[in-house]
Amino acid sequence: MLGLEVVSAPGVASVGSVSGETRAVVGGFAARLAPALVMALSVAAFLVLWQLVVRAGLISEQDLPAMTTTFSELWSMMHTRSFWTAFGETVRGWALGLSIATLLAVPIGILLGSSQFALRSFRVPIEFLRPIPSAALIPLLFLTLGTTLKSEVFLATFGAFWPLLVQTIYGVRDVDPVALDTARSFGVGRFERLYRIKLPSAIPYIATGLRISSSVALILAFTAELFMGTGGLGQLMNVAESFGLTVQVYALALATGFLGLAIYVVFAALERRALRWHPSQRVEAT
Amino acid sequence: MNRRAYHSAAIAAEIAVPLGILALWQWWTVQAADPKFPRLSTILVQFRELWLFSQFELHVVPSLTRIALGFGIAVVLGIVLGIPLGLSRWARIVAMPHIEWWRAMPPPALLPISIVLLHSIGNRQKVSFIAFFCLFPILLNTIDGVRGIDPATIETARSYGIRGLERIRRIVLPAALPQIFAGMRTSLSLAVIVMVLTEYFSSTSGVGYVLLISKNMFQLAPMWAAIVLIGLLGYLLNLLLVLVERRVLAWHRGWRAAAAQ
Repeated sequence: MLGLEVVSAPGVASVGSVSGETRAVVGGFAARLAPALVMALSVAAFLVLWQLVVRAGLISEQDLPAMTTTFSELWSMMHTRSFWTAFGETVRGWALGLSIATLLAVPIGILLGSSQFALRSFRVPIEFLRPIPSAALIPLLFLTLGTTLKSEVFLATFGAFWPLLVQTIYGVRDVDPVALDTARSFGVGRFERLYRIKLPSAIPYIATGLRISSSVALILAFTAELFMGTGGLGQLMNVAESFGLTVQVYALALATGFLGLAIYVVFAALERRALRWHPSQRVEAT
Repeated sequence: MNRRAYHSAAIAAEIAVPLGILALWQWWTVQAADPKFPRLSTILVQFRELWLFSQFELHVVPSLTRIALGFGIAVVLGIVLGIPLGLSRWARIVAMPHIEWWRAMPPPALLPISIVLLHSIGNRQKVSFIAFFCLFPILLNTIDGVRGIDPATIETARSYGIRGLERIRRIVLPAALPQIFAGMRTSLSLAVIVMVLTEYFSSTSGVGYVLLISKNMFQLAPMWAAIVLIGLLGYLLNLLLVLVERRVLAWHRGWRAAAAQ
């Protein structure tokens, strides 16, 4: 073991450098392929286990449809218009909620983060409103805005607003004070300082807030549909559930899971892009 | 002097703004006279009648029990599973696809399934549902915390012959604890939301149940009182956890302060 390492040390490798590099490339390829393979196997094993548990009768098929049954139900659902309409409605509620929350939270966050006085004035109301579970607002929305898209968007906006607000405030307050003072002494105006220095340095924080809020907005859009009957995947699930169509309920949960995963993957990638220069990302780069 | 004036003004604003918001709420509800938005004073009177403490044992205690059990199970499982996953790269590779899938799944999408699968609308379903969704933030933060330990610390421990469970208890767990607490904070606010959802969907007791029933019977003051109560619960539970964290991590903060000097 120790001997091998000595042989492949750089000093010896004047002739063998090419082969050494090839080996490194092949090694890199295998090192990258092996985890992907293991991950795929792990997912496959789970799916097989699901199938076996049901087929062996450990869990009754009434309670848990077999994996193949569920996927084929999802497949046939995907050939219906009503599924895609519902899917689109859920995505619409999510997108509107997240956009409105962003348009509100980022400017307010910048304002509160820039002024110590403003932040202290609104600290208590924010600390109090932030942990309020938005789910508690469902009955109120039911009675005021009714089972409309407005309710769904309001709920998604309310939920998505707080993580983004807090992240933006942190981001603006984390600006390098030297950079700010330097800009000031060079006579850079207030507005330009905000635009050139505060906003760029807050962007990684905002990206993290967006990643959190994008998931929260989906949860609340779906919640509104499930509990209030606003059109969408949640409403389809509610109908399937009340008719006892268990296979459909499972297939819809799968569809929602895939939507959640897609949203998470996209926003996590955005976050990584925004954080590219940040030290916390350097470990992963190697 | 100027600085002091500024400080007193800031403190005054910190007190005046929340009071102003409450006053505005009262003024607006009096003026609007809309039955859907009862006066703040009416809500507060209702709050006192219901929750201090005639219905407290009937509905608040079951909800709190569910949160405590679900959250407790999630904390234990998250740490117990997270430490080996943080220490072993291959274990992470095997487990990550599953963790990523379930953490991206919106909790309400599994509500009907949880009832079918567990044959229960009682505590069994509610506690396991809360525990399941609280698990992921704690698990992921534990993994991150363990991965972030300075390798030199581990090497030093090894050269001193500290190994096995001793190493985990003395070195790995304390080092990961700040991050574990960050995960617990996320999980706790999630626990309150999930608690309301499970009770709102199907139950016979709890704060979420009161919310549902009073809405269905158009009893608006009790409904508002329940909303205020849930907000208060979320706030107080968060506060409690922050206090615990401050106590448990006192060594950590002290150490950081010393390092900064």
